[in-house]
Amino acid sequence: MMQNDKVIVCEKLTKRFGDFVATNEITFDVHKGEIFGFLGANGAGKTTAMRMLCGLSAPSSGKATIAGYDVYTQTEQIKKNIGYMSQKFSLYENLTVLENIEFFGGIYGLSDERIQSKTDELLHRLGLKSEANKLVASLPLGWKQKLSFSVAVLHEPKIVFLDEPTGGVDPVTRRQFWDMIYEAADSGITVFVTTHYMDEAEYCNRISIMVDGRMEVLDTPTNLKNGFHARSMDEVFYQLARGAKRGD
Amino acid sequence: MKQFLAFVRKEFYHVLRDRRTLLILFGMPIAQILIFGFALTNEVKDSEILVVDYAKDNASQELLTKIGSSRYFNIRQAALSHKEILGTFQKGKIKAVVVFPANFNEDLLHHNKAQIQLITDASDVNTASMITNYLSSIIMDYQNEVNQNLQIPYRITPEVRMLYNPQLKGAHGFVPGVMALVLLLVSVMMTAISIVREKETGTMEILLVSPFKPVLVIFAKAFPYLALSLINVTAILLLSVFVLDLPVKGSVVLLFAESTLFIITCLALGIFISIKTSSQQIAMLISLMGMLLPTMIFSGFLFPIENMPLPLQVISNIVPSKWFYIIVKSIMIKGLGLASLWKETLILFGMTVFLLLVSLKSFKIRLQ
Repeated sequence: MMQNDKVIVCEKLTKRFGDFVATNEITFDVHKGEIFGFLGANGAGKTTAMRMLCGLSAPSSGKATIAGYDVYTQTEQIKKNIGYMSQKFSLYENLTVLENIEFFGGIYGLSDERIQSKTDELLHRLGLKSEANKLVASLPLGWKQKLSFSVAVLHEPKIVFLDEPTGGVDPVTRRQFWDMIYEAADSGITVFVTTHYMDEAEYCNRISIMVDGRMEVLDTPTNLKNGFHARSMDEVFYQLARGAKRGD
Repeated sequence: MKQFLAFVRKEFYHVLRDRRTLLILFGMPIAQILIFGFALTNEVKDSEILVVDYAKDNASQELLTKIGSSRYFNIRQAALSHKEILGTFQKGKIKAVVVFPANFNEDLLHHNKAQIQLITDASDVNTASMITNYLSSIIMDYQNEVNQNLQIPYRITPEVRMLYNPQLKGAHGFVPGVMALVLLLVSVMMTAISIVREKETGTMEILLVSPFKPVLVIFAKAFPYLALSLINVTAILLLSVFVLDLPVKGSVVLLFAESTLFIITCLALGIFISIKTSSQQIAMLISLMGMLLPTMIFSGFLFPIENMPLPLQVISNIVPSKWFYIIVKSIMIKGLGLASLWKETLILFGMTVFLLLVSLKSFKIRLQ
């Protein structure tokens, strides 16, 4: 791959809180349009790593660039070029669908015309035209999650970070949700996703698994299964996570 | 700027859509002003008055008839010692006691002047001052009547004693007091809750990941409450002028400027609380216990600070509402200008700057 094809470049990225090393010298690259699975047990250091990559928290040492911008000095630029969706539902419940889209479009600095055209396109794609003026609180969870994802990529970011986006969602909706992720990846958006569902891990192009702050493995699902002589990602994960010393 | 406006518009949606918030925002000031206001305009009609007449002479009888014939007072007579008089107040029915000294008429005839003692229960400040005013004017009336036929005028001096609260502190103090309370509630509690709510729901994270500057998040969240608080100040002033007939003697512009300063103090406090807490309930509890209670106790609104033990008097100085209360009272009731209030204003300003700096600093630390 060519150098400029890499949208996330991490080199020995480390975050310490006092004596505790939350993220320990992780090194990896993510390519444009890739779906990158970021796995690990609770407390393995995923969230900390992700916060550094989003420009929310400064690393203790190591290097990283996101979409070509440095995580130490160019957090402002990074934020403009990424989208983010967390495991907690992240739209405003007492705002309507339309108001939510307008608000997030607004704080990302999109022009009114752009927000307008994006809104039409988004509502049409999600089939939410008739619900546009309903409060988000009244939508079923599956729709909320899909809407949430659409809002996260509203400003056409280079990378979208998804932190356990399908928690608590039924299998059918999860499947639909992953269709949206594929669509986004096809359009050139890089997807960086954390999940606890191992079947979802299989959908990723490449997977990394964190154990105790270190990145233990990084490969395609097929290679990982072969390497660990495992039939499923579940087994791979168990073999790795069993050795973990840190828990919740 | 456009981003900021989008944010502020969202905040207004939140406020206007939440009935409970609206009720607290606009119902409370109106209710408080009216409740306190009608306590103020307490009717003095048919007040029970106890007369202790040691004189029992012509003059005292004439004056008594005059007092008794007014529609304000119901007179009961009793011969009591001074100590027993105090006892009758504690039962609470008697609003005032009129004491004629033993040689009331004699004094008038020979010295041309005499004294009457008026003792009132000033724990109810408004009633007490109204009763003494009425009684004094009846006595003046009587004096003028008698003096028409005399060459050397009589002078009857009512000697007034306000029991329990001799300085009549807090007479009109409730409007400034309510103003401090309402602004505190709206600005501290509402701001704190609205920021903590975003933390609870997880939307704060989304905002922090967006290119929208974190400091602007805070300002954009506080801004609508500044606007709403100013509407509240206006509502309270309108109510007090048109419903309670309590005019603003000083400059209205200055009053609004000082209110804005106090609102910013409160917003800074609210922001600080919201940074230090992570649930709406805790934010609310801290705002209520930590802010409302000191305001009630230490602003001088309900209890005169001068009567407190020294340590409490010292503590009262760190309560911002105390200074705001003094400022509003001085502008509204005494009609003072900035020239005489610069010290209080400066203290409040200092507190505001300090609180803003502390909360912005701890906000930055949170982000790390």
